[in-house]
Amino acid sequence: MSTRPPVVRVEKLTKIYTVGEQKVLALDQIDLTLEAGEFVAVMGPSGSGKSTLMHLVGFLDRPTAGTYLFEGTNVNDFSSDDLADLRCQHLGFVFQSYNLLSRTNAIENVELPMIYAGVPEGERKKRALEALDAVGLTAVADHQPNQLSGGQQQRVAIARALVNDPSLILADEPTGALDTKSSDDVMRLFRELNEQRGITVFLVTHEPDVARNAKRIVTFRDGHIVSDEPVGQAVIR
Amino acid sequence: MNVLAIFKVAGRALFRNKVRSLLTMLGIIIGVAAVIVTVSIGVGAQQSVSAQINGLGSNLLIILPGSVTQGGARTGSGGASTLTPADGLALAKLPHVAAVSPQVNARAQVIANGSNWATSISGVAPSYTFIRTWPLSSGLFFSDTDIAASAKVCVLGQTVVDNLWPDGSSPVGKTLLIRNVPFTIIGVLKARGQSATGQDQDDTVLIPFSSALERLTGGTTIGTLLVSADDTSTIALVQSEVTQLLEQRHRITASQPDDFTVRNLQDIANAASATAAVMEYLLAGVAAVSLVVGGIGIMNIMLVSVTERTREIGLRIAVGARSLTILMQFLIEAVLLSSAGGAIGIALGALGSIGVAVFGGWPMVIPPAAVFVAFAFSALTGIFFGYYPASQAAKMNPIEALRFE
Repeated sequence: MSTRPPVVRVEKLTKIYTVGEQKVLALDQIDLTLEAGEFVAVMGPSGSGKSTLMHLVGFLDRPTAGTYLFEGTNVNDFSSDDLADLRCQHLGFVFQSYNLLSRTNAIENVELPMIYAGVPEGERKKRALEALDAVGLTAVADHQPNQLSGGQQQRVAIARALVNDPSLILADEPTGALDTKSSDDVMRLFRELNEQRGITVFLVTHEPDVARNAKRIVTFRDGHIVSDEPVGQAVIR
Repeated sequence: MNVLAIFKVAGRALFRNKVRSLLTMLGIIIGVAAVIVTVSIGVGAQQSVSAQINGLGSNLLIILPGSVTQGGARTGSGGASTLTPADGLALAKLPHVAAVSPQVNARAQVIANGSNWATSISGVAPSYTFIRTWPLSSGLFFSDTDIAASAKVCVLGQTVVDNLWPDGSSPVGKTLLIRNVPFTIIGVLKARGQSATGQDQDDTVLIPFSSALERLTGGTTIGTLLVSADDTSTIALVQSEVTQLLEQRHRITASQPDDFTVRNLQDIANAASATAAVMEYLLAGVAAVSLVVGGIGIMNIMLVSVTERTREIGLRIAVGARSLTILMQFLIEAVLLSSAGGAIGIALGALGSIGVAVFGGWPMVIPPAAVFVAFAFSALTGIFFGYYPASQAAKMNPIEALRFE
């Protein structure tokens, strides 16, 4: 483990948004490292910068200042096509609102990232079914999103996130739209993926119960990290 | 990721929204169908007009005697008596001349079946029916033997038959008195109706030109020579050959005016096809406008579709689609829509053309070039009007796109 570079390492990462004539400091010189195999939850009130950090870590946005090393490589100067390829090969996204394609069955939804990765059609289907099996949805593989419950839809989204065998899964409020039971299922799935496959999970949430599934909790306020500590035994209990 | 995979993604996206895809195509479908139908109407009408003009006579040249000056008074065209049957025989030997017939005209009172009728008598050759493309409805036409013998036989136009035999019985085999000379009726011409100038073409009696010269006009010169060229393309050539030969035969030197005139029906035909061509341009213009409107329709729906699918686009970017891939997907969607619309439009246009051709009573013609151009244009419409919406999709900010409600 010690020989592998950290999956994510950001130094003095700063993001300033310009809204009208006002400049908003969303992230103020953040230093943060995610080691391979970590399960980190980011907490904080809305507007604290946690989502901004996730977008920067997920190559969906570029920082105003600071450095970002992804698996030891500085990606500051990467072109947007390079970043698209990185997202495709190394990242998996899970969103609060699932973002499944409507009128498209679970298999085809899970196949989507593989299309952009250039996986041949036959193999796509096989791997999509494997991923759906991993999230326990083999039975509804040919169902369309509107035939699935919220929890099932989110598990399809997780299958989609892990199908390209990513090193990092970014989950943005993945349980925000789910009931407690579905929420627990989804979080158990994330723990399994983290523990059994060694996938690094970066979770943004504002629910302490959800955050407790992680091994480490980072708390944001006003664009700064205000605490960064492992989840203690006492908290879990 | 290869282009074929993008094609499949685009095709699937369209298939997911069948109704919207069909409605988007509608503009192009109508535009292309309009192009096909209008071009078909244009060509069909043109062919129909030229068929009618050919009905005046196949590749016809009319040779009239020139004018003469008698005591200071000029007689006007046709006043001279310079054309002879021998001229006709000489002209018939020219290459590219399919047929020649003299025409000797007279007016006379004809009597038959206890009644009489004033009509025009034309002395012609057997080739007349070919030259005027004027078949018989019953009986026979006179032959070269009848010409040689100056036989007293005649062929009647339908108007003459209707006036002398109002009961509808057949006159073939009966006798017709022309200036009190009995002629045997051997045939009846098919009814032809009015000429372009409003004359009743059926009010006529045809007899051998030799009989007309001998028994009616009493001379040796003929009023008109009808010459038929063997093809539309050789009319001009035949016209100059005819002129040369007649100048030679009539010993006309370069400094003298010709004692005859050669008239060409091609000018009328040209004017008619020019009219048809103008119509075709007009219709094609209307069709082109409707194609452009169809293209704008595609652009509108594609723009709406891009907005509506903002989250989908955001997701595709998030899972690793490059912006060029997104651009290609939406461009291909637009091109698939417009070319599918083009194909359906061609099919509908062909059906419409059949309908119009049946209604208009002319042959159904769809030039392959029109089909090709219409299809190519509709595909181009897709590229042209699909590019802007596609570039909007490709430029999307994924974060905002994923938050879009």
